[in-house]
Amino acid sequence: MHLDEIFFKIIIYLLAAVISVPIAKKLGLGSVLGYLIAGIVIGPYVLEFVGNEGDGVMHIAEFGVVIMLFIVGLELHPSMLWRMKRLIFGLGGMQIGFTALIFALITAFFWLNTAQAITTGLILSLSSTAIVLQTLSEKDMLQTRGGRHSFAVLLMQDISVVPIFAILALFANQVVSDTVGVNELNEGAPSGWYQLLIIIGAVGIIVVGGRYLAHYVFKFIAETGLRELFTATALLLVIGIAGFMDVVGLSPALGTFLAGVVLANSEYRYELEDNLEPFKGLLLGVFFISVGASINFGLLLDHWQLILLILTIVIVVKLLVLFLLGKLFKLGKSHNMLFTFSLAQAGEFGFVLISFASQNAIYDTFTSGILLIVVALSMLTTPVLFIINEHIIQPRLIKSDKRDHDVVEDNGHPVIIAGFGRLGQVLGRFLNANRINSTIIDNNPHNIEYLKKFGYKVYYGDITKKDMLEAAGAAKAKVLVVAMGERRQIDKLVELTQKHYPNLKLVVRAVDVAHDLALQNTGVNAHRQDTFDSAIQLGTDALNALGVNPHQSYRSALTFKHLDKRFMKNLQQRYSKDDPHFVMETKQFSEHLENILLMQQKHPYQEFDCAWDTHSLIDEAMEEGGENKEILK
Amino acid sequence: MRKILILFAHPMLHKSRVNQQLIKTVQGLKNVTVNNLYEQYPDFFIDVRHEQDLLLAHDVIIWHHPFYWYSAPAMIKEWFDLVLEHGFAYGRDGNALEGKTAMTCITTGGRDQTYQSNGLNRFPIRDFLLPFNQSAHLCKMDYLPPFVVHGAHLLDEMAIAERCKNYKCVLEFLRDGDLSGVRNSKEAYMNQLIT
Repeated sequence: MHLDEIFFKIIIYLLAAVISVPIAKKLGLGSVLGYLIAGIVIGPYVLEFVGNEGDGVMHIAEFGVVIMLFIVGLELHPSMLWRMKRLIFGLGGMQIGFTALIFALITAFFWLNTAQAITTGLILSLSSTAIVLQTLSEKDMLQTRGGRHSFAVLLMQDISVVPIFAILALFANQVVSDTVGVNELNEGAPSGWYQLLIIIGAVGIIVVGGRYLAHYVFKFIAETGLRELFTATALLLVIGIAGFMDVVGLSPALGTFLAGVVLANSEYRYELEDNLEPFKGLLLGVFFISVGASINFGLLLDHWQLILLILTIVIVVKLLVLFLLGKLFKLGKSHNMLFTFSLAQAGEFGFVLISFASQNAIYDTFTSGILLIVVALSMLTTPVLFIINEHIIQPRLIKSDKRDHDVVEDNGHPVIIAGFGRLGQVLGRFLNANRINSTIIDNNPHNIEYLKKFGYKVYYGDITKKDMLEAAGAAKAKVLVVAMGERRQIDKLVELTQKHYPNLKLVVRAVDVAHDLALQNTGVNAHRQDTFDSAIQLGTDALNALGVNPHQSYRSALTFKHLDKRFMKNLQQRYSKDDPHFVMETKQFSEHLENILLMQQKHPYQEFDCAWDTHSLIDEAMEEGGENKEILK
Repeated sequence: MRKILILFAHPMLHKSRVNQQLIKTVQGLKNVTVNNLYEQYPDFFIDVRHEQDLLLAHDVIIWHHPFYWYSAPAMIKEWFDLVLEHGFAYGRDGNALEGKTAMTCITTGGRDQTYQSNGLNRFPIRDFLLPFNQSAHLCKMDYLPPFVVHGAHLLDEMAIAERCKNYKCVLEFLRDGDLSGVRNSKEAYMNQLIT
């Protein structure tokens, strides 16, 4: 390929990404779907910008997966892995086992021979680490129970790629020995024992190298102080391991994953992650684009019924197995739904394994073509499945949980706390300690389940709706504490309350400076930036850690707080002509800071503690002493 | 008419019997400002400038507080320490309070008999108020005899009401009357001085 052709292709890929992903995200479809669609669009069946070299691109892009698994490994502590072993080997193992078995049986029954059926079963049992991890972390759900179970299963699947390769290799031998004489077998693929030795050797090298050598290498490079060298080293590390694994006949991704795990305790971990993250993101994107571009629409259109049938079977079977296993492992309903829906697709390793199987004549062209399409299409369904889960199933689940929104017993509590997250909880505890009973409302069912264990009576509901507010006792309560974390919700509740319950005093959380200024305008009884006091307190701790006298730092903190209140009032006056929110956001943050610093100069905070300072007294005493000055020793 | 500033300090006003009533009684009086220090400065971060402005704007300064350990609650001490700055309230150039009048108003559990040399508290109450007395003098103010409510724990409603009425009269006198007789008087109490 000529250079200009290469440039053209690169431009196309990047352009496709840059256009489709933001659109996809705006539509709530997630970046992965955006990449996939971009790939379809630029592929040979729509715009025809890219075509046969799709394979080559996919190899490069596979690096995205490889790097991703390295980073996944980095984030794991071996001890965490050990703790999760029940989930990883139990849940994950069973998922792979049962799913593979069912698929194998179905395909053997209808279409394929034994070897092919088992291969297909194993391949289809895998889910897409890339998509699921990406999506879960985008939606911030990795830390939920459902998310963690998904993660464990994905981990097991990644681990299992190695034995699956081995099994495929065995089948390959079988095929070879079926069509060729036994003698030639010895010149072909290596025997089982030899392979095992290779695996152990390779793993050993990675582990030993990672634990003992890596530190010195990184230190050496880091000492040059040249940022790009560290990036080069990180890339070299990943690509090197991937290449090494490839030569040895193992899964590159697993190799880098292992390397990542070994390096998870290294002090260069963050540096590595930092340097590799952009590559990972980009390459993953390109990978998904090439997946989209590789979908053979011709084959698809010709055999769409068959493909649709297989696709449906795949998804349904996976959903079922996951759901049942989730129940077996005691996942709560909504977590189980997340778990089930997130893993119901086939994974990118499928491409790799199908190609391998095809190259080794386990599959014929037709079968591999169909399966590739099924895998790609199933990946496409993932975002859709997530959407179904979020918008249709989860809301319904919450309803069916006999909650609807809780019937709030109007206990005539004087305080209503809206929002019982991090801030609300501490506040609630404090009010409790002052023997003030509050009615607590939160709209996150996970929170509520969790808090029930601690003896809190938290009602589920959306208090930004009038009936909920009414049901919570707004008519009789004295104070409403708005402790939610989202600005829109807060503003909505404030407006609602002031309109319908003007006598209900409002104590409102402000999420940032702009919000604080805006709330000033609304005339609520009290409002406060949620992180301000903690920041000052931590700053005081920092001063104390420097050896500053604790009382001094305490006074300093007090002074700062009081002065800041004054600054805010002055700022407020300056901005009150326009909508402060709008103005704050359009003015540069630095200008805001400049204002604060200017005011600080005008109100030097020494003025508050002058009286403790004895300098002027000493001066006067010295002067009045005159010749009779007695300098006391 | 003089302007009276009551620097009131009670850390637990809602638990007080006498002081609550006293303040309630005089709160609405013309030209009387009640500065509730514990309410104003719950974090003890006294706004010195503001307090000094208040001092400048009034003629009679009253420290009104329960008698804790023969002295005042901590807030009053903090006030003294921070507000009466050298160069403002005292010192060669500290003349801001010159010519003003100062008085103490306290409530105490001990009955007046106990504040005698043969009593439980061994000294008359004016002795315990010497720091306030001398502080006022250092700031070039006149210090009046104190208004004291003795035996505060044992007073019934009627007795409290009587004391409140007395306090009101004292304030009105300080506001409207001729102070030449009482300035720097060596009398023990303000309570009867005006009647």
